[in-house]
Amino acid sequence: MIPTAEKACPEKRKIKNGVILTILYSIIYAGFVTVSVFRPEWMGINTVLGLNLAVAYGLGLIGVAVLLAVIYNYLCRVPREETIPAIEAKPESDQ
Amino acid sequence: MTIAVFIIFAVTVLAVSTYTSRRSRGVGGYFAANNSIPWGVNGIAFAGSYLSVASFLGICGLIAFHGFDGFLYSIGFLAGWVIALFVIAEPMKRMGTFTFPDALNRNFKSPGIHLAAGFSVLVVSLFYLVPQMVGAGVLIEPLLGIPHYWGVIIIGGIVILIVAGGGMTSTSYVQFFNGGLLLIFAVILAIAVLVRGVSIYPQHTEEGIEGLEQYRYEMVSVKFDGDNIRLNDDDMPGAKITGKHSFYDRYTGEENLVLYRISRRIPAISGDRATYTAFIKGRTPYLPASSEYENYWNIEEADGEMFIRIQDWWRLLYDRGGEPYLLEAQSRTVMPHGGILVNGVPEGPANRLRQMGGVSQLPEAYGESSGPIGPLRLLSMFSDSSTVTQLPKSAVFTTANGAHTTVHYTEPVSGDVFMRPGLRFPLEKKEGEPPLTTLLNRLNFISLMLALFLGTAALPHILIRYYTVPDVAAARKSTIVAIAGIGLFYVTTMYLGIGALASGALNPATSNMSAPLLARSFGEILFAMISGIAFTTVLATVSGLIMASAGAVAHDIIGSLVKKEISDKAKIRAGRITSVVVGILGIILGIAFRGMNVSFLVGWAFAVAASANLPALILMLFWKRTTAKGIIASILVGVVSSVGLILLSPDMWSRYGFDAAAAPMPLNQPGIISIPLSFAVLIIVSLMTQKNEAASSPA
Repeated sequence: MIPTAEKACPEKRKIKNGVILTILYSIIYAGFVTVSVFRPEWMGINTVLGLNLAVAYGLGLIGVAVLLAVIYNYLCRVPREETIPAIEAKPESDQ
Repeated sequence: MTIAVFIIFAVTVLAVSTYTSRRSRGVGGYFAANNSIPWGVNGIAFAGSYLSVASFLGICGLIAFHGFDGFLYSIGFLAGWVIALFVIAEPMKRMGTFTFPDALNRNFKSPGIHLAAGFSVLVVSLFYLVPQMVGAGVLIEPLLGIPHYWGVIIIGGIVILIVAGGGMTSTSYVQFFNGGLLLIFAVILAIAVLVRGVSIYPQHTEEGIEGLEQYRYEMVSVKFDGDNIRLNDDDMPGAKITGKHSFYDRYTGEENLVLYRISRRIPAISGDRATYTAFIKGRTPYLPASSEYENYWNIEEADGEMFIRIQDWWRLLYDRGGEPYLLEAQSRTVMPHGGILVNGVPEGPANRLRQMGGVSQLPEAYGESSGPIGPLRLLSMFSDSSTVTQLPKSAVFTTANGAHTTVHYTEPVSGDVFMRPGLRFPLEKKEGEPPLTTLLNRLNFISLMLALFLGTAALPHILIRYYTVPDVAAARKSTIVAIAGIGLFYVTTMYLGIGALASGALNPATSNMSAPLLARSFGEILFAMISGIAFTTVLATVSGLIMASAGAVAHDIIGSLVKKEISDKAKIRAGRITSVVVGILGIILGIAFRGMNVSFLVGWAFAVAASANLPALILMLFWKRTTAKGIIASILVGVVSSVGLILLSPDMWSRYGFDAAAAPMPLNQPGIISIPLSFAVLIIVSLMTQKNEAASSPA
């Protein structure tokens, strides 16, 4: 019997979500590297809140990573009951 | 006091480890903690194992000395978690088993893969282990006043005890303890920095704390007299110029650093037994009345007063009006006959290199001091072009009489340059610079950012933690907790680095001490705590690395080489022996690599991991045509190319004692070559070996 969560969020979709979010983030990250390399003087431009582009972009990258992590978890919530055994061979144990 | 806090921390950590080790049983227990750790704890333990000494000490130091480029490491280190969480976490957990090579081998059952992967884990762990051990020594040496190698041995010894004794569970709880503490104190320290604000005067809580001399370096204006300069007699009576040393720009040939040695006299204060002292750069070392160093310093009398005459180095600069002036610097001189002078007089406990750094000018609106300041305001104030930071730099040369001299001077850098990338990893084209050099600099930057981004997911001691959580959902949640915690920590590194520079408490000889010295500028208690935390950080990271190595050897290398089935007991024993051996190796290398920049070393470990492990991981998960031979080839090529390129890099070349410009490999960061190479090899070899393998899609 397949748990309902599994129907709502099959593994393929989880992986697809993950890859899409990664590609999205990679583009943002690549943008930072590209600007730094090809237009380093832009990094000094004043942006929001009195911060220059370098600092805003850098802090932004950190913030976006955390945000995407939360989004990813939200997109495909797995209830506690779904227990996929992680270890197939149970080791000998004298508990 | 410091020692007491230190000991309390160490004992607590050991107690936690011993207690939890009783709960680990069997092979599953030793290597993967019986999957019994709750996701919240595991998440913070992730953070604790990931936030190594390099993050904590190294990045703060890099930012303090080089501005925004230090923060690049923060960004890269954290960004790597995206790949770890979104691409690797889920599939890895589903495949289960104990170690990373096992996961790779799930579909191929090839002893070759086991061997190659185990080898790679071992190499990467060693690369990551060395900076931790170096950091351990650097940390303990000034704290407890014992030599560097003792610090390394002590930490190594304790870790071996933890790991060989209790295995994984104890390591997890050690890391949870450490991760939580690290976060808490980083935030406290950052808040302290904000409350103190920034001032153009050096800052400390109490006057006269031993070892916390902060001194404002003097400036004297000079005039040019033809090619020479002349001192103003009113500023420095009885002073004269006794030497000069210039450095020239590699491309334009112009002088870009000019140092002058000045012989001058400082009012002396007499002590007992025919000793004198004087206020020399913030310290008052006692000097005997007669000296064997008569050519360098002596005591003289003038106008009925006693003076100490010293020779020290000053730097020539120009103010905004174009007028020349000299800025006081520090120096450490090793003389031909072996004696050492610091700032002109003999080195000793009372006379060592002084702390440097600070801010010499703030935007007009703030005047001389900002007072308590908000987090965003601090960043914007620091990136203002009228803020002038004093970055410690050093220049090494040998004078005509054979004295090997290191001058530590300050480089005034305006805020807008400081808070932009480019101080440590140059990006903009310098005047007269050949286009190839500019290109290589930029490639180097890209290479670094690539390696950091891809390396996180491939680190063996991160991967091993995927297996210690009960189920898939918990694994994901724990990684989110880790990312949030680590993200918060890295945001604080920006403030710690800025705060360390602003407080003027930097040790010019090593950037690694910046965070503890910042803490000390707030008071001894905070200093003792932060040092204790750095201590537990090293324990946590090193124990994780040794665990990964133990797993690699016991489970994978030995398991695939020996044909018979090995009993679980034998595996555990092999694991324990490996722990001890790797621990000892780490100690030896940690002593041997003393003085090397820890964050830089860690960047290399990331490059090796990204080259060796990541292509195999990703392609195996997502490309159906991956074959075992392809994986083996990619791992081996990844390890060999990245390590090889590192050993041939300019930084290592100068380490060996040769001229860095003659190094075969022009880049310091190998990632941009070795990572794509490893991917390509995997794809090509897999395509070539399609018929030989029953390649199947991942489970």
